[in-house]
Amino acid sequence: MLATALSDLWYGFGVALEPQNLMWCFVGVLVGNMVGVLPGMGPLATISILLPLTFGIKPVGAILMLSGVFYGAQYGGAICSILLNLPCHPPHAVTCLDGYPLTLQGRGGAALGVTVISSFVGASWGITEMIFLAPLLVRVALQFGPAEICSLMLLGLLAGSTLARGSPLKGVAMTLVGLLLGIVGTDIETGTPRFTFGIPSLFDGVELVGLALGLFGIAEFMKSVNQFSDVNMRYSKVGIRDLRPSRDELRRSIPAMFRGTLVGSLCSLIPGTGPTIASFISYAAEKKFSKTPEKFGTGMIEGVACPEAATHSSVQGDFIPTMSLGIPGDAVMALILGALMIQGIVPGPRLISEHADIFWGLVASFWIGNIILVVLNVPMIGLWVKLLMIPYKYLYPSALFFVAIGVYSTNNDMFQVGETVAIGLVGYLLLLLDFHPAPILLGFVLGPRFEENFRRALLISRGDILVFVEHPISAFFLLLCVVLILAQIYVRLRKPKARAIADEKPHGLGQLIPGGSEAE
Amino acid sequence: MERLLEKKDFYAGLAMMLLGAGVALNSTTYSLGTLMHMGPGMFPFILGILLIIIGILIFGSGLMTPLEEGERILPESMEWRAWACILAGPLMFILFGELFGMVAATFMCVFVSALGDRTATLKGSALLAAGVTVGGTFLFSYLLKVPFPLFRWGF
Repeated sequence: MLATALSDLWYGFGVALEPQNLMWCFVGVLVGNMVGVLPGMGPLATISILLPLTFGIKPVGAILMLSGVFYGAQYGGAICSILLNLPCHPPHAVTCLDGYPLTLQGRGGAALGVTVISSFVGASWGITEMIFLAPLLVRVALQFGPAEICSLMLLGLLAGSTLARGSPLKGVAMTLVGLLLGIVGTDIETGTPRFTFGIPSLFDGVELVGLALGLFGIAEFMKSVNQFSDVNMRYSKVGIRDLRPSRDELRRSIPAMFRGTLVGSLCSLIPGTGPTIASFISYAAEKKFSKTPEKFGTGMIEGVACPEAATHSSVQGDFIPTMSLGIPGDAVMALILGALMIQGIVPGPRLISEHADIFWGLVASFWIGNIILVVLNVPMIGLWVKLLMIPYKYLYPSALFFVAIGVYSTNNDMFQVGETVAIGLVGYLLLLLDFHPAPILLGFVLGPRFEENFRRALLISRGDILVFVEHPISAFFLLLCVVLILAQIYVRLRKPKARAIADEKPHGLGQLIPGGSEAE
Repeated sequence: MERLLEKKDFYAGLAMMLLGAGVALNSTTYSLGTLMHMGPGMFPFILGILLIIIGILIFGSGLMTPLEEGERILPESMEWRAWACILAGPLMFILFGELFGMVAATFMCVFVSALGDRTATLKGSALLAAGVTVGGTFLFSYLLKVPFPLFRWGF
């Protein structure tokens, strides 16, 4: 097994190191790192903006670039949290707790240095996990019939909507809305146009790019506009020399890094628990583990190393179910899967064998990308810090232009720009009612395949709905669904405990997180 | 009971119920079919019913929990100008794109949306818009070759 994995990986490096692909990977992580630093821009909005630009690129290059944006943004987000105490990127919100006090003590540079090391450690482990776990999952998944696929998708959707932030009920509601949006357009089996209201532009369905840009672009801008006060840049002068942590700091952070990696990789195995949850859990665990838990929040280097490692190992781990089963765990993965589908690639267990270049090229590019990121972040840290100073009032109008032209260029159809504006307005209203739009994307991307398999499963069983329980694997997935729901109810009933976790959030996080519904 | 009208869950639940009901009713206009041979209306019908149930649950949980301190539906400051500008920006893009082409569309889109910021000035917004127009047309028209004429007269 090791030998095949290594030879596949070797092949992957060959793909990823092709000049074209290397270039796209570089562009991806560079853009990702940049938007990660910028307060108010997140990976979701950026990936959706870049999505239409990838239509002309070969699938491998497109996926390498879009994925690069995702993990590149995680490197950048930490800079924002540590130096400015701005938790604009949810996965790095906990890093503020100890990162900013360190900045105040003049050790912000060291905190950033530790962040880069832990990110690399976490990511490397996540990639290793992907190399061995994904082919294993595929071997199981290839046995699945429509009933099993259906139940598994149900589990994925349920986990994705209830484990993310906010009320689980509202998450489920948003998933249903997403599934409904996926229905709009011509029914594949009968050719009946559904919910198109006679508008020809809707016969092909709602455009993924338009939906994503409406929800994570326009709605997000409406929420964040005029909310950024002038940031305090007083402590933000960091040069390359400051990045080196002291011997003591390094000694304390290395074990924390490994613990964080472990938590992150465990979290990534549960669909729906993305990097944000991983970082919160790992911080809480680290605090429990520490001999001096009372010192957390005053600038403990462990409190930076641990969540950062967890974030990165879970970011890479997120790709496992997406690539091997075709079931995305969160909105970013749903977008990347959508990008694959636009390129004409059918997601699912056959992806790895049929498109080996994409899968192994992606795995190899993760490593290359992470090395590029370390190289980008260490010598150029001063430049990234300067980026923090770009005010939001210049950012969002420019981004709106990219939104408009991006949506237009997908089909050269002005109607879809209008559609995006409408989706944005509705998305903002949903945000006001505490609905988080991320599950909409999940439901939208999975919807058509879910319906297809649902219909097929019942056709094979001659309309017997019990087919989902009679197949043992399918029954097992449904059992997990039930366990998930019961666990949610249990947590609800024991509210005080849940509150305690909420209190761990950094000060001011509850008020307003600009870009708060970005990647979970 | 009066405080009910201030609760988010009241409106959230209501909205989901209405949406679900609308979808379920609309689905019946397509053929539902049988479970074995499902028609195009079956799946949305099921989703609509589920959405109604979830809506009722959200509504119910809103009834049961007391009003949270400081809970309010509308944000603390009403940014009417900013919201209008953000929505108007892409709409300007459509309008000016259809009439005058990409250059005008880009400029107006950025210009109008930039005015949404509280500290924005006409001059500053125009400068930003001009900058984005130059960069944007170069990127999209020359490099990416988006089929969108730079100038046109669409009357």
